[in-house]
Amino acid sequence: MAELSEKLLTILSERNEFDTLDLSIELQFDHQRLVGAVKSLQSLGDVITCEQRNSKQWELTDEGKEIAEKGSHEALIYESIPLEGINQNELLGRVPNGKVGFSKAMSLGWIQIDKAAKDGPRVTKKVEAIEDGVKEICQLVKNFQIDKITDQQKNECKKRKLISEVKIVSYFVKKGTDFKTSVSKQEIELTADMIASGSWKDKSFKPYNFNALGLPPASGHLHPLLKVRTQFRQIFLEMGFSEMPTNNYVESSFWNFDALFQPQQHPARDAHDTFFIAEPEEAHEFPMDYLEKVKTVHSIGGYGSQGYKYDWKLKEAAKNIMRTHTTGVSARMLYQLAQKEKFTPSKYFSIDRVFRNETLDATHLAEFHQIEGLVADYGLTLGNLMGYIEQFFKKYGIKKLRFKPAYNPYTEPSMEIFSYHEGLKKWVEVGNSGVFRPEMLLPMGLPKNVSVIAWGLSLERPTMIKYGISNIRELFGPKVNLQKIYDNPLCRLDK
Amino acid sequence: MIELPANSINQMIIHPSTAAVRPFAVAAILRDITFTQERYQSFIDLQDKLHQNIGRQRSIVAIGTHDLDTIQGPFHYEALPPKDICFKPLNHKKEYTAIELMELFSTDSHLKHYLHIIQDKPVYPIIKDCNNVVLSMPPIINGDHTKITLKTKNVFVECTATDLNKAKIVLDTIVCMFSQYCAAPYRVEGVKVVSPDGSYLMHPELPYRKEIVSPKEINKSIGISEDASSIASLLTRMCLPSVIIDNGQSLEVEIPPTRHDVLHACDIIEDVAIAFGYNNVNRTISDTNCVAEQFPVNKLTDLLREVIAAAGFTECLTFALCSREDVADKLGKNIKDIPAVHIANPKTLEFQVARTTLLPGILKTVACNKKMPLPLKLFEISDVILLDKTKDVGARNQRHMCAVYYNKVAGFEVIHGLFDRTMQVLEVPNNDYKFIPVDDAAFFPGQCADIMVRGQNIGKLGVLHPDVITKFDLNMPCSVFEIDIEPFL
Repeated sequence: MAELSEKLLTILSERNEFDTLDLSIELQFDHQRLVGAVKSLQSLGDVITCEQRNSKQWELTDEGKEIAEKGSHEALIYESIPLEGINQNELLGRVPNGKVGFSKAMSLGWIQIDKAAKDGPRVTKKVEAIEDGVKEICQLVKNFQIDKITDQQKNECKKRKLISEVKIVSYFVKKGTDFKTSVSKQEIELTADMIASGSWKDKSFKPYNFNALGLPPASGHLHPLLKVRTQFRQIFLEMGFSEMPTNNYVESSFWNFDALFQPQQHPARDAHDTFFIAEPEEAHEFPMDYLEKVKTVHSIGGYGSQGYKYDWKLKEAAKNIMRTHTTGVSARMLYQLAQKEKFTPSKYFSIDRVFRNETLDATHLAEFHQIEGLVADYGLTLGNLMGYIEQFFKKYGIKKLRFKPAYNPYTEPSMEIFSYHEGLKKWVEVGNSGVFRPEMLLPMGLPKNVSVIAWGLSLERPTMIKYGISNIRELFGPKVNLQKIYDNPLCRLDK
Repeated sequence: MIELPANSINQMIIHPSTAAVRPFAVAAILRDITFTQERYQSFIDLQDKLHQNIGRQRSIVAIGTHDLDTIQGPFHYEALPPKDICFKPLNHKKEYTAIELMELFSTDSHLKHYLHIIQDKPVYPIIKDCNNVVLSMPPIINGDHTKITLKTKNVFVECTATDLNKAKIVLDTIVCMFSQYCAAPYRVEGVKVVSPDGSYLMHPELPYRKEIVSPKEINKSIGISEDASSIASLLTRMCLPSVIIDNGQSLEVEIPPTRHDVLHACDIIEDVAIAFGYNNVNRTISDTNCVAEQFPVNKLTDLLREVIAAAGFTECLTFALCSREDVADKLGKNIKDIPAVHIANPKTLEFQVARTTLLPGILKTVACNKKMPLPLKLFEISDVILLDKTKDVGARNQRHMCAVYYNKVAGFEVIHGLFDRTMQVLEVPNNDYKFIPVDDAAFFPGQCADIMVRGQNIGKLGVLHPDVITKFDLNMPCSVFEIDIEPFL
């Protein structure tokens, strides 16, 4: 290739310009190879200038090429007939495309057939010698001398599918501003050898193509939802909140509901909202003193409360479930805290999985992650709760918050948290919060003037909003699209 | 306000037979009520709502409302064998026995959900008047005879229940809300309810309770500073009439029977805060200083995740609930041998058990991503759930790490290398861990080993058995390891 390129440059220096098509005919050189050489010259910069030209040309088909070489079918038929003649079928078998050749040879008057011969139709030569016109025409086409062929001959060949019209892209080549007759191949990369030997000083280097993408590095990836989890963990740790031990998906109804003052006949404890466990069906160990106090506050009241006035049953409380919230763990932690000799103000958080036996749809799965934060201290107020929530959401990049009255069985007052969504131009719910009821805290043994404030939200919802995901199954579960995990950006919550 | 007519108090007598099925009943009368289409619809809606929530789908409380002028007291609430009950149910043309009614309503889209409450009991609840006219068969259906129309003037309201307190709340709610449409508004006529032992009570009780609260405490709880009279007026606005007592040191709050939700002073505090306006309260943080601690297994998990991702593996997040097959049959094991937690009420087989291994979830992720370029290198560090008699609930979580390499060739050395790398970053020297070749139905024979670290078996690594691969709808070889990371805490 380099030789050809050099040759072209020489021609160019002599003639100042050429057309690739003409040149390929002149040099009897395959046009495509010529174009290839021109293109490689083009990549060297401004050595040459090229002007693209489109033209049409007649070219031989494969059949045509064969005929140019070996002769037309009719000529082959003619050649195959021995002096004494030959049985027609045998003849047809000897020559490829025998039938076509036979009928052509007949119409040209080169051969004759005796249909009445005794062992089948017999073919003999009619003329002494033939001129294979079609082969000559094909050869002319091959040699780019198509102008020597009449239109009638052209159409005939076209009909027989010996030639076809093709579009040719050719180039008109002229000297460029940087024209030189020698082609030094441009280097692509600096190598260690070049540096060692200093040979880089004598070489020309192809400028790097900055418009293409680079090579993607081989990397592993973290899951988008868990990246958001890491950020929320970070927010809590920055605010001085300690992580609760939530590594227990199976919870007893006692800690999940009863300890939170959620009555045993509450709809949320229904089989169609909660996953009940067949094995192990029941929890078998409870802090019994505390359990009695819980039973009392539910069935009779006390601690300043009317209670729910129903028959509280141990069997109901013993039922194991897949936990419906992580607040059961919070209850366990607060109970532990209350057992200590001296109460220490504490801040806790958790981000872990919870389970709901509800109808599934595009934004709801049976499992999701709950984020929960709580503060236990003397004299905490509702205003403090709002203050902590504001700080928390500020770290998440949300600055405009509003609170609306809500209801939870275990908090009073309760508030829904709303933030203003700039895109949707409306207030959307971002979480839930409240002050734990005395009926929950006092039976544990927490001092009377200690109040516990808490707030929570799901991990999935902010993640779906942040990454514009509309179907939760694209984020959580096996149906995740791995490419989306590969391409997922940094998790920057406040952007 | 409860009225007792001078001449005849209506009575409802509860028979001992009801104790077996639905022991409690209360009743009241709304006199001279005027219904419009709107009020009538609202009356029905309220009963539906009460049935659904506090009535717990009628199983705890059921309400029946009747045109008093079509019946005559005293009323009898008893429980009879189904064959002995026969009446024309609401909006039907002929009489049916209770057995026939169960049959008839088994295809009724609305009523079929309640049949189970009494269906298998030996006796069914039934309310009749003194002439044996059936008012209702709670909690299923009322009789057609007593149906209420827009022309009805006097309404007999009855609530039967398995929880007396809730029955009272329901009755109070209905009469409080609809007595405003009586000729003498906010007046309800009492009914004497006689218990099986002969004792009786007048219903509705309509208790008004008084609670003493301290304005100072209220201010402190919310974080505002309003004076006593301001708080009193806020509460009165919330329909909790309040007056100042004790020289402004306390407030006496009257809690009407419409506010059965007020159980404790904190309920009153919430009402003050709502009336004040949540968004008007000052938002401040408290002085609670704490040094934050991370939960050790979570801290370790986050550190390890980074290392595995840096090694070129991609993290998955899969479901904790799965089918029995996923943790047993598909891995060549018998579910009886797996210490798994079983769910009692799964809606589909995707929720039959809690996972005991992370492997099925990751293999399913591979199956959903077969079009992605190979190799697929996935991992997950998350909890599995195992039976554990030593725990109070009988089960515990265990933090596992599982890595999977899926490619045209098994690439066992890749997974082995990843495991070595994990040991390296956990500072476990090569001599402290070894592999014991073992047979496992989930793995290809001769290409599976138990992983022993400092003498403890923490998991397995190997090439998966082709049966496992096909059962998870995959077609390339796969090498994996799964370990418990808690020993490294």
